[in-house]
Amino acid sequence: MSTLAPRTVTPALRRLRALARAELTLLGRNRGIVFTALVVPLGLPFSVRPALDQLDLEKRGISVGAAMFTAAVGFAFLFAVYSALVNAYVARREELVLKRLRTGELTDTEILAGTALPAVTLGLAQALVLGVGCAVLLHAGAPRAPYLTLLGLVAGLVLSAALAALTASVTRTVDSGQVTGLPLVFVSMMGSGIMFPTEIMPEKLASVCALLPLSPAIRLVRAGWTGGLSPAEAFGALATALAWTVVAVFAVRRWFRWEPRR
Amino acid sequence: MHLTFVMGRDDIAHCRPGRAAGTLDAMDTHGHENVIEVTDLRRVYGGGFEAVRGITFSVARGEIFALLGTNGAGKTSTVELLEGLAAPAGGRVRVLGHDPHRERAAVRPRTGVMLQEGGFPAELTVAETARLWAGCTSGARPEAEVLHLVGLTSRAGVRVKQLSGGERRRLDLALALLGDPEVLFLDEPTTGLDAEGRRDTWALVRRLRAAGTTVLLTTHYLEEAEELADRLAILREGRIAACGTPAEVTAGRPARMSFELPDGYFPGDLPPLAGLGVCGHESDGRVVRLRTRDLQRTATAVLTWAERSGVELRALDLRSASLEEAFLGIARNEEVAA
Repeated sequence: MSTLAPRTVTPALRRLRALARAELTLLGRNRGIVFTALVVPLGLPFSVRPALDQLDLEKRGISVGAAMFTAAVGFAFLFAVYSALVNAYVARREELVLKRLRTGELTDTEILAGTALPAVTLGLAQALVLGVGCAVLLHAGAPRAPYLTLLGLVAGLVLSAALAALTASVTRTVDSGQVTGLPLVFVSMMGSGIMFPTEIMPEKLASVCALLPLSPAIRLVRAGWTGGLSPAEAFGALATALAWTVVAVFAVRRWFRWEPRR
Repeated sequence: MHLTFVMGRDDIAHCRPGRAAGTLDAMDTHGHENVIEVTDLRRVYGGGFEAVRGITFSVARGEIFALLGTNGAGKTSTVELLEGLAAPAGGRVRVLGHDPHRERAAVRPRTGVMLQEGGFPAELTVAETARLWAGCTSGARPEAEVLHLVGLTSRAGVRVKQLSGGERRRLDLALALLGDPEVLFLDEPTTGLDAEGRRDTWALVRRLRAAGTTVLLTTHYLEEAEELADRLAILREGRIAACGTPAEVTAGRPARMSFELPDGYFPGDLPPLAGLGVCGHESDGRVVRLRTRDLQRTATAVLTWAERSGVELRALDLRSASLEEAFLGIARNEEVAA
């Protein structure tokens, strides 16, 4: 077994792979999560379309394809990654799996990262499929600055996972996770440019909403497609995303609970 | 009076292996290495409850050390500190010379842990769980080998949620053994096992000791401690109430004799008990229970009396001082007689 493993694989990577593999198996066996993770991000953006059509986006220089793609990526962040991981972290804690894993060689970071890996990968795959779909089916054209989209995807995925761990810290049971996860989902859908672009908001409101956790990531994803983000703006968005990530990681290290309250 | 074993304050404070008595270093002059060193250990929970109140003991390499105690005595709280799952509120823990909490990376590859309660995803199969654990363990043995060791080979394809409580305990033990640990922590390893499963586990633990593994286990079962432990500590309210080899802990405890007198006979008909080493007696009607420091003398006198009087003693039961007696005495908060 272990003697057949290539020597180049470090122990940390081997542990991450083992945990991610088990977590992927579990993901596949949870029908509710599979449904939410696959159907919601793929289906919901298209139900958003009629609303987008009414907004007359073309006048503001936003193609429907780009708006749809942004919405889809936002749903991937919120459902495939964030909601699924709140569920996974809380479920593993309640089953004492996190405690058991901590008796072994995995570090705390490896436990959280390995658990997140399948959901994050799923989110990324969704975004790529949706991107290609929008480009082809909605004639959105190719992204103008793909590296910005990619940066936005990475920032959004990492932040969604970190925020899931943070939400799990204040969630007692899998059931209550349905409620504790709602605020971020709701606020992000409305304020971070997922349901509708923030351009249609009053300017003051828009500038406040730009500071919401997932706003920078969404902004980068869309700007990569449509262009229209100066280097300074891109840098500002990245800095905001980074700041949120630092805060989330710090809060998780400080408050994450590894065992159920008894 | 000669004292065979007295639990004075100093003995409690320095519950060390007999062969390394008086030595606080990790290694005594005979080269017996203390694999686990616990000094004045304390644990306080969030609500302010002090679960572990200053305990000190050490475990030598290759020893089986048992922590006994009633529920809430602090067994699991102590073991979790040794496993490095939490930092102590006070005192010091060293496992293989390292702090198991702060120097996790140095300790974990050399220890195996079985928690009191499973901790495996319900939807994974036994084989998938073992593969996960093997992937997280350096130098892991083949999964099939450890599953065979605990008799779970035929259950490899079954989901964890479908296992019986005993099977889950055995899976937990198998995973604790995956990395060939030098030190094994077993928190109630046989709870939920049937009699046969319990004996199988005991045999396995003995084989591990023979191979040089150091084992620290907690248990409710006094029989388990008597069967396995080289040394043991009885915890009460977060403190060590008695510590030593099973013989040392039971020394100074009275033996017991009980029997039923036939109609027309009363305890007053027995020979004078005080001269026979009897230190306590009670009777409800015809059943007589004696506690004695000299079981042979007491039994001889009572049986000789019965023989001469032509009396048949029914339900006759003689019992040497046992761990159970010591345990119950400590639970009742009795002073150890000297």
